[in-house]
Amino acid sequence: MYPRQFDYVAPTSLEEAFAALGDDSKVMAGGMSLIPLMKMRLFSPDVIVDIARIPGLATIHDAGDHISIGALVTHGETASSDSVVANATALATAASLTGDVQVRNRGTTCGALAHADVAADQPAGALACGAVMIAQSASGTREIPASEFFVDAMTSALRSDEVLTSIRLPKTGAGEGSAYDKLGRRGGHSDYAVAGAAAWVKKSNGSIEAARVALTGVGIKPTLASGVADALVGTDGSDAAVAAATEHALEGVTVLEDLYGSEEYKSHLAKVYVSRAIKQALANI
Amino acid sequence: MEVSMTVNGREVSGDVEPRTLLVHFLREDQRLTGTHVGCETGYCGACTIHLDGKAVKSCTILAVQVDGANIMTIEGLASNGNLHPVQEGFWERHGLQCGFCTPGMIMAAVSLLEDNANPTEDEIRHGIEGNLCRCTGYHNIVRAVEYAGAKMRGEEPPPPDWEEGS
Repeated sequence: MYPRQFDYVAPTSLEEAFAALGDDSKVMAGGMSLIPLMKMRLFSPDVIVDIARIPGLATIHDAGDHISIGALVTHGETASSDSVVANATALATAASLTGDVQVRNRGTTCGALAHADVAADQPAGALACGAVMIAQSASGTREIPASEFFVDAMTSALRSDEVLTSIRLPKTGAGEGSAYDKLGRRGGHSDYAVAGAAAWVKKSNGSIEAARVALTGVGIKPTLASGVADALVGTDGSDAAVAAATEHALEGVTVLEDLYGSEEYKSHLAKVYVSRAIKQALANI
Repeated sequence: MEVSMTVNGREVSGDVEPRTLLVHFLREDQRLTGTHVGCETGYCGACTIHLDGKAVKSCTILAVQVDGANIMTIEGLASNGNLHPVQEGFWERHGLQCGFCTPGMIMAAVSLLEDNANPTEDEIRHGIEGNLCRCTGYHNIVRAVEYAGAKMRGEEPPPPDWEEGS
């Protein structure tokens, strides 16, 4: 199974990559999502711009008040990074549950975010952890909050001339914790999420001061469940408070039935995993 | 486009279209047909090889992406006519029936044991999550990896399931 013909360029600097990018081009990092799409001919760009040979993009960097994950950092590296585990537990867990070993050895965190699959793990982690996407192009740098990044099914806010060069994650402060959990399509944690949820909470003086909860797999895109977060704030985070907040999980979300679950089943799962993610985030403080 | 890489310790090169998948470069240009093409969508793992020491799926990689890389396929595992302990484990513990998934399964298992010399059964099952077998039900594959792990640690492998008292 071959993709349609395309031109391939492998720039060794971002400037060269920007020059090669245009309307009918696509950035490739690990290619774990892009190559299957091209083989199935669901997507056939004229030019592939392989950024894997650009130096400096393969590192996880501690910048003092935040950490950054470069465009070429693999799922496996994100999952096993002490820095990501400590500062963005939900994202690290989501990375550890992405694909399988072979995919985690080659696919990249930034690639998974740019791909914006409706049932991917890491977008939910990025939303809950308050990630900021760093999109660079010949015309400059844009900082896009995760909450504005996932636009539609497999559609991000990136322009075709931009490269997602890194993401930035705030460091974990006092009283903060996050978590991600899902039901995989092949049962347990295997494969894309039938439904999954990530949560981040901040507690002070016994009550929840701030929260972010994100869903994946249930709607048209990974999305923040702001009703849940709003209902959590001000509570003590008890099981009863979590149960009450979880009732808001599907506010503003159109649950889409697919091969892996009916609307009713996914609606049920969404609440189960929102509840689990919040409780685990509280436990991770 | 010209590509060159090291495959099983040998320098090779070829002229490929950008859309040539690594698995096709290995099978058709290099005639290394031990690496299999299964599902074609990245799920089954029959095409698993080692790229710069890590297990990856060669049906989901373009040959041009790995220009200059170090590749090992199933053909590179045995040395001087001696099977690799994982190959020996599949032989000794009947880890295959039709054998289609076996090359990929073995390459994934070798990588697993390199990362974790003494995996639990659960860790073995998760470690081969990216490889599908439609014959064995995985039971004997897990036993084969346990056998290989013991051999590689210099220990006596556990007795086979079919031996009395085991």
